[in-house]
Amino acid sequence: MNLFRSEGHIGRWLGSRAPGATISVTKLCELAHAWWGNRIEPNWRPRTREQNQAILNGLGLTDAFWDLSAADPHS
Amino acid sequence: MDDDDVALRNLTYRQFVELGHAPTVHDIAAVTGATPEDVWSSWQRLHDDHALVLQSHTREIRMANPFSAVPTAYRVFADDRWWYANCAWDAFGVCAALHVDGRIEASCADCGEPITVHLREERPDDEGLLFHCVVPAGRWWDDIVFT
Repeated sequence: MNLFRSEGHIGRWLGSRAPGATISVTKLCELAHAWWGNRIEPNWRPRTREQNQAILNGLGLTDAFWDLSAADPHS
Repeated sequence: MDDDDVALRNLTYRQFVELGHAPTVHDIAAVTGATPEDVWSSWQRLHDDHALVLQSHTREIRMANPFSAVPTAYRVFADDRWWYANCAWDAFGVCAALHVDGRIEASCADCGEPITVHLREERPDDEGLLFHCVVPAGRWWDDIVFT
């Protein structure tokens, strides 16, 4: 989960590896606030996988790459 | 992970933020009155449920996501302190969790050129940067340190 200056830098860094998903840093910032915004609240409770998926989907991250269905429900 | 474990997790996070670094089992035991063994057992259950990440060979915290307990390539200045984040996503997450503006110091993973991003009111000042994630979401926890 890294930052890059451009698509060209991502391609060079990947080399022959299969690409994953690329989003703008602006979208990443939205995602970070939606995902981590409650982490130090005193009454934090773990989210369900469905709640996490809803965060991703709500930001338009809906393709197969962002599908949490194979993940642990507490992740 | 039961309600007591969640309460201990929330205390652990609070201590992390107050101390500016990861608390030890003895720190948490001193605050709660529990034994270090009880704290460690709770942390292990929280680790198993992905509520925090422990070091593999020592009785210490590795990640209290988005915070990193160990130095990384993602440093964040926020709330008058420097923090380490586990990855680019978590670097923005440090500001999100603290609900403050901040400055992220990192580098392009390809060329190594330094990258500085200021966050103000939840927006980055350099919107031309890109984030790339190699591991699909369904496999993030197969090896969270690699992810």
